[in-house]
Amino acid sequence: MFTHKIPTYILAVAALYITSCKPKGTSDAVSGDAAAKTYVAPGKYDEFYNFVSGGFSGQLSVYGLPSGRLLRVIPVFSVDPEKGWGYSEETKPMLNTSHGFVPWDDLHHVEMSMSNGVADGKWVFVNGNNTPRLARVDLRTFRTAEIIELPNSAGNHSSPFGTENSEYIVAGTRFSVPADGPGDDVPISSYKENFKGHISFVSVDKNTGNMDLAFQLKTPGINFDLARAGKGKSAGWFFFSCYNSEQANTLLEVNASRNDKDFIMAVNWRKAEEYVKAGKGRKQAVRYAHNKFNEETHTATSEIKKEVTVLDVSEFPDIVYFIPCPKSPHGCDVDPSGEYIVGSGKLAALLPVFSYDKIQKAIADKAFEAENYGGLPVIKYEAALYGEVEKPGLGPLHTEFDDNGNAYTSFFVSSEVVKWNVKDLKVLDRQPTYYSVGHLMVPGGNTKKPFGKYLVAYNKITKDRYLPTGPELSQSAQLFDISGDKMQLILDFPTIGEPHYAQAVPAELLKDKQLKIFDINANKHPYVAKGEGESKVVRQGNQVHVYITAVRSHFSPDNIEGVQLGDEVYFHVTNLEQDWDVPHGFGVKGANNAELLVMPGETTTLKWVPDRTGIFPIYCTDFCSALHQEMSGYVRVSPKGSKVPLTFSLGKQNPETAAR
Amino acid sequence: MEKKIITALSLAVVLFIAACGGGKQGGDQSEAGQSKSTAANPDSYDPNRGEGKFDETNVAIGALDAAMAAKGKAISETKCFSCHKTSDERLVGPGWKGVTERRTPHWIMNFITNPDPMIDKDPEVQAQLELCLVRMPNQNLGEQEARDIVEFMRQNDGAK
Repeated sequence: MFTHKIPTYILAVAALYITSCKPKGTSDAVSGDAAAKTYVAPGKYDEFYNFVSGGFSGQLSVYGLPSGRLLRVIPVFSVDPEKGWGYSEETKPMLNTSHGFVPWDDLHHVEMSMSNGVADGKWVFVNGNNTPRLARVDLRTFRTAEIIELPNSAGNHSSPFGTENSEYIVAGTRFSVPADGPGDDVPISSYKENFKGHISFVSVDKNTGNMDLAFQLKTPGINFDLARAGKGKSAGWFFFSCYNSEQANTLLEVNASRNDKDFIMAVNWRKAEEYVKAGKGRKQAVRYAHNKFNEETHTATSEIKKEVTVLDVSEFPDIVYFIPCPKSPHGCDVDPSGEYIVGSGKLAALLPVFSYDKIQKAIADKAFEAENYGGLPVIKYEAALYGEVEKPGLGPLHTEFDDNGNAYTSFFVSSEVVKWNVKDLKVLDRQPTYYSVGHLMVPGGNTKKPFGKYLVAYNKITKDRYLPTGPELSQSAQLFDISGDKMQLILDFPTIGEPHYAQAVPAELLKDKQLKIFDINANKHPYVAKGEGESKVVRQGNQVHVYITAVRSHFSPDNIEGVQLGDEVYFHVTNLEQDWDVPHGFGVKGANNAELLVMPGETTTLKWVPDRTGIFPIYCTDFCSALHQEMSGYVRVSPKGSKVPLTFSLGKQNPETAAR
Repeated sequence: MEKKIITALSLAVVLFIAACGGGKQGGDQSEAGQSKSTAANPDSYDPNRGEGKFDETNVAIGALDAAMAAKGKAISETKCFSCHKTSDERLVGPGWKGVTERRTPHWIMNFITNPDPMIDKDPEVQAQLELCLVRMPNQNLGEQEARDIVEFMRQNDGAK
C-alpha cells in the first residue's frame, strides 16, 4: 500500500511543478527548445566570441556563444605556468610595476576597441584593480601586448571604459588616496583634507594600439565605481558613477551609505583635452611602469616613466559637473543613442534615467544646487532627470541595451534580470538568475549597434547549479535568448575566477584575421637560431646560453655537457615549425620556474639555475607528433671548476653504441 | 516528463538536420591543424604530378642557376635541415641525394608547399610515412622559395 502511494504522490508534485508559473528550483525555467538554441555541433563555430573578465584570477577568458564553450584563457595580470607567462625571460617585464614584479591582479572589466561607436575587433582592454594597471590584448594573437601602470591611483575599478573611437581609455581610482609623492604620509583620518581622486585618460594610437598616459584629472576625494563614455551627440562626455560622497575612511558599509544621493560625475573630456593641449596641466613627478611586448623580438620591455600631466578640475569651471544619483550608484550606462544615462543605485528602490539634452540645458541655465561639492557645480536632480523606473527590483547594478529601445538591468539583491523600455520606463519582463547576478552583457549592448539576440548574466553565487566540488564553487554565467518579448534562459556554464564585466563580438570580426604562425625569417630575437646550423651553446662567465631549436620531433642540441654548479643556464628555444597549431613545449628537471610553450617561429627563454650535479633531462611538453615522446635530451651538470669541457651535440653516438 | 520528451525530440531534429546538411561546411579540415586540401576528389590524385599549384607548364627547368641554388640552401638551413640531410642518409625524413632523379621538379614543389593532402593521398609518401612516422610539416614556403629549394636540390644532385 505504502510503496504504491509514493509514485502517485511524486507524479502529482511533478505535475504541479511543471504547471507552476514562477520558477523556483534550480533546473526549471528552461523550456524545451533551449538545447536546440545553444547546440553547436562538433566542428561548427559559435556565433560570438565572448571576452569574460576572470576577476581574482587576473586573466581574461574567451567563450563561444551560444555554446558556452571555453575557447581560451588569456593570461594578463597573473602568471600562468601553462603558457610560461611571467616565467619566461621574455614575458617577465610585462608584470613589472613601480612596486617591482607583481604576479597577480584582479581583472574586472573589458572594453573592446571601437570605431564609430562599434567594436572594431582590433584590441580588447582590461583593468587591473589591485595594483592599478591597464592592459591591451591583441586580437590577432589573443595575447597581452601592453600593460601600463597608473600613478596617483589605488584600486583601478572605474576602468577600462573607452570613447567611441577609442581615443581614450579611462582609469578612475576606486580608492581616493593622497597624490603620489612627498606629501603622501598623512593620517588616514585626514581623508577630507588630503585624499584626492584621479582619473587617468590613456590615449590609444589608432594604428599600433600603443597606449600613453595622456593626462589625469584630479578630483575631490571620492570613490569612482564605473563609467561610460557618451555616444553620438554625447560622445564628447564621460560619465562616472561615484560613491562615498560622505568621504568616510572607515566602516564604509555604514558610513558611505548615509547620504540619500551620491553622484554621477559628468566630464566634458574634449574640454579637458583642450586645456591639456593648451598647456594648462601641471607636470607631477611620479613613477609608473609601461610594458610592451615586441612581436618581432618576441620580447617585452618595461620602462619606468617619471612624469604625468595633471589637470586639477577645481581650477576649471567647465569640465566637471556632479549629478545627484540615489544611493551609491554602481552602473552608469549610456543607451545606444547617447541620450539616456542610467544610474544604478545599489541601495535604491528605483532606477533614475538622466537625459543628455537636459544635462546640457541645466548647465546652460546654471540649474545648480546652492551647495557645490568640492568646489564643483552640482546639477539639480530634476533638471537632469528624464524619468525613473519605478519598483524595478532590488539592488540594481548594471544595464545594457538591445536594438529595439529596451534596457536590461541586473539586480543583485532580488537576483533577477529586468527588461524595461527606455522611452516609457515601463518594466516589460523579469527573469530570475541563479544566483545574485552582478554584471550582464548583451553582445554590442554597450555600443551604438547592439545585437539584441542574447544576454548573459554573470552570477556571483552558484550554490547548487553544478555538481558540488567542496567548499569552493565556480561562478556561473547564464545565457538568455532575448529575441522575443520574454527573456528565455537557455544555458548556464561555469566560468574562470569571478566573472565581472564581459563583452562579445560577432565571430566574423575576428576569426579570419587570426595569426597562425610567426614568420621565422622575421624573428629578431637576439638569441634566435634560424635553423639547426645556428644552434649552439655559449658560455659568458657564469652564464650559459643555449641556442636550441625545436622541430618535430627533436631538439638541437640534445646533449649538453660542461654546465657547472653556480652557472645560470638560459635555454633560448626557437620553434622552427612554420605550420599552424604546432607549438613545442620545453621543461627541465628541477627548474624553479615553469615550462615554455613556444609558438611556430617564436623564440622563448627559460632560465635554469641547477642546484646539484647530475644528469638533467629536458623534454617537449606539448604533444607534437607520433615521436613526441622521443623529443628529449640531457644536460650534464658538473661541480664548479670541473674539467668537463662545454660541448653540445645532436645525433652523435658514442663509438660503442654506434657499432651495434 | 513531457519537457524531457520535447527536448529529446528537438535534439533529434537538430541531429537529423545536421545529418542531412551535407556536413561539409566548417569541416574543411582533413585533420585537426592540417591545412586545406585543394582538390576535392581524392580519386583524381595524380601521383606523378602531386597536388598543388605546380605542373610542367609553370615550372621551367634549365641550366643550373647557382644564385637560386644558394638562396635555396639558405632557406633549407632554416626550414628543412632539422630533418633532412643532403646525403642519402635518413635523419627524420629521407636524405635529399638523388631526389631530383626520383621526382619531377613540380612534384617536389607541390609536396613542399602543400604537404598535408599529398601525405594523405600519395601512395609513396604514405609508404615513407610508415618508415619515418612524422608527417612532414608544412613550413609555409613561398612559391619562389620552393623553386629555389628545387634548384639547390638539383645542385646537390650534380646538375650543371
